[in-house]
Amino acid sequence: MDKIPILKMGSFLLVTIQVDLYDRLALNLEADLIRMVDKTGAKGVLIDISAVNIVDSFMGRILGNIASMSRILDAQTVVVGMQPAVAITLVELGLPLNGVRTALNVEKGMALLQSMIPPGSGDEEITEDDHISV
Amino acid sequence: MAVVKEQDVVPFRNRVREYAVKIKMGLVNQTKLITAASELVRNMLRYANGGKIRIEIVTKGRDNGIRLTFADTGPGISNIDLAMKDGYSTGKSLGLGLPGAKRLVNEFNIQTETGKGTTVTIIKWSNG
Amino acid sequence: MTLDASKIFQKKKQQILETWIKNQLANDALREDLISSEEARTQSEELLDALVNRLRAEKEGASLADGFDPVLEYLETLSITRARKGYSPRETGAFLFSLKNALLKTLSEEIKDDPKGLYEESQKINNLMDDLTIASFETFIKGREEVILRQTDEIAEISTPVIRMWDGILALPIIGTLDSSRTQVVMENLLSQIVETGSSIAILDISGVPAVDSLVAQHLIKTVSATRLMGAECIISGIRPEIAQTVVHLGIDLSGIVTKSSLASALNYAFTALRMEVRKVRTETK
Repeated sequence: MDKIPILKMGSFLLVTIQVDLYDRLALNLEADLIRMVDKTGAKGVLIDISAVNIVDSFMGRILGNIASMSRILDAQTVVVGMQPAVAITLVELGLPLNGVRTALNVEKGMALLQSMIPPGSGDEEITEDDHISV
Repeated sequence: MAVVKEQDVVPFRNRVREYAVKIKMGLVNQTKLITAASELVRNMLRYANGGKIRIEIVTKGRDNGIRLTFADTGPGISNIDLAMKDGYSTGKSLGLGLPGAKRLVNEFNIQTETGKGTTVTIIKWSNG
Repeated sequence: MTLDASKIFQKKKQQILETWIKNQLANDALREDLISSEEARTQSEELLDALVNRLRAEKEGASLADGFDPVLEYLETLSITRARKGYSPRETGAFLFSLKNALLKTLSEEIKDDPKGLYEESQKINNLMDDLTIASFETFIKGREEVILRQTDEIAEISTPVIRMWDGILALPIIGTLDSSRTQVVMENLLSQIVETGSSIAILDISGVPAVDSLVAQHLIKTVSATRLMGAECIISGIRPEIAQTVVHLGIDLSGIVTKSSLASALNYAFTALRMEVRKVRTETK
């Protein structure tokens, strides 16, 4: 079964979705990610969907779920790099993803996460990508 | 093209995209069409254990479009008006599948009979 | 003696042509400002040739559908070029009706002693010419529609410029009414520019939008939501007082959107959001 890799960068988790998701894969991602947030005590989750061509209502719901679940676990979620066509489609679909923070690209998303996290809680400095298999 | 399990969805979406590219549909309209198709395929998988999909290129005047027909032999929809309403779902979902798909395409037609199955036909024009 | 209209026309072609051209001149159908009279003459002659050939072919037993095509095809190209050149429908109609008159006139001159045959042949020609006229009108309108479509595309393209106001700030002045296809063009342009420039603030200026009804408002809200999904903020500026009034009267909720009355105040807001300020440079006085 395919898996989406989750990278840990300091107190943030970084997920880059590179393939078109089908529902099972998205559900797995949701479960894995939440487990990782809990295990690492991450303060922020960054989901890069710049390579995703299609976000339908199911995917949108998963993104919303991840954001709400992480919030309960005291982590902020930022979705970055949404393609224009995807954004237009989501709005037309009636799914403006109100609970999800967004940013243009990974860099801006990181900055947004940094600014959202109260100072003092981000105790680790950002290290190189260390890949953690789940 | 028959779709019976979840893994069929991605190849199906790619097929639709191939057709859309063939008639030079714009990226946004492509995305809308495929998203709508994705919603309908999910419905078919979830409520009717899969079904058959036909992809066709249609022409109206100077405009080309793609027609997708989703036919299943599932339980059918007992109340279409309710099913077409935003936020209504018998399963545990957002209830955006049918109404959302309708908003994303140019023509949307649904026929259903309880116990016999459901057929949904959508058309998206390349400049529409 | 069997009557053969095609033979008569063949024989009298030159005469018909003369009558036709004369008719056209009398009708003002010949627009010498649009095409030269020689060109009009060639066009007329070619059409007449095609028509006579077609009548002969029909007499010889060729099927109607096959024989019809060259005439119709010629007529179609003619109508379309005329539509593009700016002929009025009346002129295009007169062009064909004057041919009908010329044909009928020749027929009546040639078949003097056989009223029944004359009637039958005339009726045939009448029907044929009517069909051709209808067909040419259809193509004429199609030609016009093509012109309109092309212009619509052009307008859509030129009317949605995205302007880089500042580093990280885009502005998009909307002029004219926002319908759904226009909204899509606006959204696409705006969003792709946001990606390209990495801007985090977009200002939609609606000073040039004549009226905002609930549909237009919905389109605006959609654009704002889509911008937000991309990770940028969208400000709507240029809201005139009467638009504010209608928006409230219609009960449209714009509370989730940052709105400013002028582009200047929107820009000011954007500067604040980006933690920038504009200062007057102090002039050195000695």
